[in-house]
Formats: sequence, C-alpha cells, structure tokens
Amino acid sequence: MGLFSRLIAKVKGESGSQISASDWQELERALIESDLGVKGVSEIIELAKKERGEDIESSLTSALSSWLSTNSRQLASNSDRLTTVMVVGVNGTGKTTSTAKLASLLNNDGAKVVLAAADTFRAAATEQLQTWGARLNLEVVAGPQNGDPASVAFNGAAAAKESNASYLIVDTAGRLHTKSDLMDELGKVRRVIEKLTPVDEVLLVVDATTGQNGINQAKIFAESVSVTGLILTKLDGSAKGGIALAIERETKIPIKFIGTGEGAGDFAAFDATTYLQGLFQA
Amino acid sequence: MFESLSNKFAGAFSALRNKGRLKSGDLSDIANEIKLALLDSDVAISVAEAFVKQIEDRSLAVLDDVNKSTNPSQAIFNIVNEELTAILGGSARRIRLAKNPPTVILLTGLQGAGKTSLAGKLAKWLKDQGNTPILIASDLQRPNAVTQLQVVGESVGVPVFAPEPGNGVGDPIRVAKDGIKFAKDKLHNIVIVDTAGRLGIDQELMQQARDIRDAVNPDEVLYVVDAMVGQDAVRTAQAFLDGVGFDAVVLTKLDGDARGGAALSITQITGKPIMFAATGEKVSDFDLFYPDRLASRILGLGDIQTLAETAKSAMDAETTAKFEKKFIEGADFTLDDFLSQLEAMKKMGSMTKLLGMIPGANSGAIKKQLEQFDDNELIKTQSIVQSMTPIERNDPKVLNGSRRARIAKGSGRAVSDVNSLVDRFQAAQKMMRQMRTGKGGMQMPPGMQMPPGMAAPAISKPVQPPKKKSRSGNPAKRALES
Repeated sequence: MGLFSRLIAKVKGESGSQISASDWQELERALIESDLGVKGVSEIIELAKKERGEDIESSLTSALSSWLSTNSRQLASNSDRLTTVMVVGVNGTGKTTSTAKLASLLNNDGAKVVLAAADTFRAAATEQLQTWGARLNLEVVAGPQNGDPASVAFNGAAAAKESNASYLIVDTAGRLHTKSDLMDELGKVRRVIEKLTPVDEVLLVVDATTGQNGINQAKIFAESVSVTGLILTKLDGSAKGGIALAIERETKIPIKFIGTGEGAGDFAAFDATTYLQGLFQA
Repeated sequence: MFESLSNKFAGAFSALRNKGRLKSGDLSDIANEIKLALLDSDVAISVAEAFVKQIEDRSLAVLDDVNKSTNPSQAIFNIVNEELTAILGGSARRIRLAKNPPTVILLTGLQGAGKTSLAGKLAKWLKDQGNTPILIASDLQRPNAVTQLQVVGESVGVPVFAPEPGNGVGDPIRVAKDGIKFAKDKLHNIVIVDTAGRLGIDQELMQQARDIRDAVNPDEVLYVVDAMVGQDAVRTAQAFLDGVGFDAVVLTKLDGDARGGAALSITQITGKPIMFAATGEKVSDFDLFYPDRLASRILGLGDIQTLAETAKSAMDAETTAKFEKKFIEGADFTLDDFLSQLEAMKKMGSMTKLLGMIPGANSGAIKKQLEQFDDNELIKTQSIVQSMTPIERNDPKVLNGSRRARIAKGSGRAVSDVNSLVDRFQAAQKMMRQMRTGKGGMQMPPGMQMPPGMAAPAISKPVQPPKKKSRSGNPAKRALES
C-alpha cells in the first residue's frame, strides 16, 4: 500500500475539519507525487478543506473533479462520411501502438478502419504499423522512409474514401513541441488531408510518466493542430498520469482513451471515476 | 531544458542581491523559493526537500563569512551551484572498458525512453573514437524494433546482430548470448545490447532483464530515461536499480523544454551518475553528460564550454588557419569566407540551441529573441551568397541594381533580403579592418552582436529601417555610405 492509500485509510471517515495540519501536508506531498503540479495541488488542498464531503476521500475527489474538462469524451463519428483521426505527440509516448489499439477497438465495434503510416521519420515506424495492420487485418497505407508524411496521409485519405471506410487513423512521427519546423510539418499534414476530407479528431498521446512539461506539450500541439482529445498511455506502470488531469484543467482538452499495455486490447475509453481513484493509489 | 528553473533562480537571487547583509530569515525565504522551483521542474519532492535543507544548513553555517564577503548573495549562489553539481554526479564519468574485450554495454529502461535511437547514437559515438562496436537486437517484443535497430545501425555504419525477427518471436536471452560470442569471433571491441522497454513493476519482464544481464555479464548497464519524466522517475529508477541494477544513467530528449528535474532526482536517489545525454533527432546529437555544465546552465550561467567545443569541432583546422593567415596578411574578408563560416555554423547544429548556451541567454528578453530566431535564416543567407558570381563574392562593391535583382531571382529571395545581407556584410568587413588596424577596438556595430548575417530579424530590426531609406541607387555612392 502506498503512502497515499495509507493516509487515506488513516483519515478515512474524517471530514476536512478533523484532519491535522501535518496530515494535510502529507496529502499535499502525495498529490504532488502524482504530477498534478505544485501550484495546482495547493489549490486542490484548499478546495478540499472547504468541501463538506462525507470524508476526506470524497472531498479530494470532488475537488479534483472540478479540474475535469466538460468537453465531450466521445470519439467523433460520422454516419455519412469518413471520420479522420490524427494521432500526434512527442517521441516515445506510444503513438504507433495507440494508433493500432484504437483501430482494433473501432474494428471490434464493426467499423471499417484504414491506417496511414505517416511517421516516415523514425526507422521502421512504418513496418511497426504494418505489423499491427497484419495482426488486425487492416489496410495500411505507407510511403517511403523519409518521404513526405503529408503525401502518405493524403494517400491514406484517398484510399479510405475509395474503400468506403468509416475511419482513417493517421499515425504521425514523434516530435518535440519545441521544434517549430516539425510542428509546421504537422500542420501541413493536417491541411493536406483536409484537401480531401475533414480531420475530425486530433488525439495527443501523453505518457503517464510525463512531468510538468506535459502542459507545454499540450498547449503547443493544440496551437499547431487543434488537439481534440488526449490518449493517456502506460497507465499500467507505477505512474498514475496526474499530468493528464493538469492538462485538462489547463487546456480543457479531455482525456478520451487510456492505454494500459502492449496488447491490442489494452485500451479503453477514459473513465473519470477509475482514473481519480487511481491517483489516490500512488 | 531547465530554463524555467534558471529563471526562478535568477528571480530569487536578484531579490537576494538587493539586500546587503543576509539574515537567517532571508535564507529560509530563498530556500522555499528554490524548493518550489525544483518541484515545478519535476524534481522528486523528497530530493527537493533534502536539497534545500542542505543549502540552508550550509549557508547558515557560513553566514558570518558570507556577510563579510564583498558580495553575500554571490557566496550563497556559489553554494547552490556546488550542491547542484554534487547532486548531478560531481564529475563526469567515462565508460569503463573491459580488460578483455569486448566491453559489453546493456541498455535498459521504460518503453519509449529512447533506447533503440540511443543505441545507434552511442554506437556512432564509440565508432568515431576508433572503436569497432556491434549492436545486438534483443528487443524482440515491440513490433519491428529489430528492423528499427537494423536501419539505425546501417545509417551509422555499425553492424547489427539480429538473428531473430522479433515481434514476439525468439528468445532475447539467447540472442544476447549468441551476440556476445559473435562479437568475440569477429573481434568487435564493444557490444551494445538493446533490450525491450519494460515497466518497473512488471516482475516477469524484470526477471527477463536480469536473465539477459546474467547471460552477457555487462561491463556497464545503462538506464535510459526520458528527460520529460515526472515524479515517477524516482520510483521507476529505484525499481530498475533493484530489478536489474545499473551503473549509469543516460538522459534522452534533452533538446525539448522539459526542465529535467528527473536528472537531479535519479542521481540523488540511486547514487548513479548520468553518463550521456541525447539532445536531438540526428545521430550526432549525443555527448557525454557534464554535471558541472548542466549545473551552470540551471543557474543561468550558460554553457560556454560546450559552445566552445562545438565551435572547435565544426571549424576544421585548415579553414581556421586560412582565416588567420588572411587576417594577418591584411587581405579582406570576402563573401566566400563568409560562406564557409556559415557552413561551419550549420555543422554546429541548431542556432537556437547554440545561442541558448550563451550566459544569460535564458533570461527573459534574450530568451524571447532566441525563440523567434529562425534557423532557416542561415539557409536563406547561404542561398543568397551562393547565387553570386566569384567576382561579386570577392568584391561586393560591384553589386549594382541589376546584379542584385539577378541574385534575388536566383536565390528565390526578395531584393531587400539581398540588400540587407550586403549591408550587414559590409559593416562586418569594416569592423574587421578596424580590428586589424587597432582602431575602434572590439566594439561591434549595432545589430552585429551575432556573426554577420546571423542576426535574427528581431534583433537587427531596430537598425535596419533607417539604413534602407537612406540607401543610394548608385553602387559607388553606396559603398561610400557604408
């Protein structure tokens, strides 16, 4: 049992006013350890102190819930035309894996999905997606290594329209948000797809281990390509991904999916209750 | 990275600097500031607390001496700097080579930390130093990790031992073992074993990592960690230390704006030094990690050593000698020389990154200009010079209106771009002449703080417009004007 759960157990049943200052301090430390950010955490503690919840856990939960975005967490879907999803993010967060897992989820619901391997930069990223495509029995549109990612995405859109697919998911190369040329390239990918079909969703993949830098990532990606949702990956590890909640609060971009492993099925729609409980188990 | 931390330090210290004598109360104020800054930079809470306690204790103990010194705040600043360097690893450690080759290096870490990319960079770095490394593809888990390593290996000219296709097929322990034997037979002196990413809490995969370790008996186990990682850094690093053990840490993705507090936490908690740092997309964006340099950078002191080294490696000895000779002989600095300087600068990598190493570069105003600096400016300038004939490059005075129009067309730039380049170049040329004759000293003309042609638009703007307006259409007159 972690520090947090011990604390929660210790002060369970007590309302805010009964808790000692040092216990509050311990709770604050524990929340900081969940990557919620030092400033945000002191606000949460203040909020929780004021809450007249049944016990401390419910007070904290309701304080944290106030950070959740009110935007829809539902993935866009169009009955009459192709729905296009771009998957973006910094290097190594799990974009390619998430692309495949999202495709698998949609495919299991009976939707026809086409994948575009627009990560032409990282060595063998295309092959990685193709391997997934073969596993899931999905069409993968690919281009040459170091080729133009926008052209791969465009071809993907054309192929998806051609085959009357319900979804096109475009995997893109990882890029640090500080590289303005690479961010411009991402904007271009989007614009080029939109010559053929609207881009309905841009999902930013955030690794649960990410620290406070995640907020900058989200802000800058949102500026470049209008991010519509987050995929929070690697939640099966010891990190609880508090940064995603901090991002929601800061940008109002909702977490839409979570990734919990390397298998095709280790992926689910975001559930706020489970997530918030998870934060307390750190 | 670390910008914000150095900003915060700068803020805290400027408040301190305004005070003459320090009292113990001032110290606890600044300790608190530092703690908040560290937490904001993803330093683990326990580490941040221990760090500021240390600073406070040390400062208190020497407070009398500090107050006797001419600059008390500087004395505290030095203490912070020293402690920071101490946590970051004291001094850089080199890789330990085995007495009997091959030296075996095992890479471990979480998924997505950047192990495979790093394997390529490390291999290239070792190869450039005259070693004969080989890569072993023991990540048989992630789809096409093997292919990725093969592509990476090929791009840096290092062989890859990959008998298994991966994608869940094959035994990574066996591959690692066979790889070592293969490396011995082929007389490779260094072996780098790439392994699958794994979670700290995955007991089964941790056992596998131990098995690989025992099979290859590595000289160095390197723990690869993403500089953007948050509070979990400590937990996971500890899990890897307990699970497989490691000798040193490699920080990746340091080229982002992550504050990288994880670096502090991990070295402090595990006691292991950070050995290497990866700083970019290119295979050459990799170097030894220098704790003292990073500590200076955190404190906003700049990273002059790295800058100087980068400059030295980009300018080959021959070009440098040529410049010196020209300078001494009194020959004019020409656009051709300028072009070779530009090329050397391009080799040094991103200008934004380089300029970020300059002391004070992370403070407000300069940082803003840095952010606006466009690396394409280099290419733009280069294309203009390349569109000139040899005569024009040797003597820009011949550049009349029609020549300028032709150059603009040839380089795909506006005539005004050509004009402003020529202006700036002539100013630089004039400065060189003055330097040689000893007149004017080292005073740089306004807008020329950076090398000729390198001034960011934001920086050169204040001096540009008035100049343009007074420009004469007659090239001879214009030459007199400048």
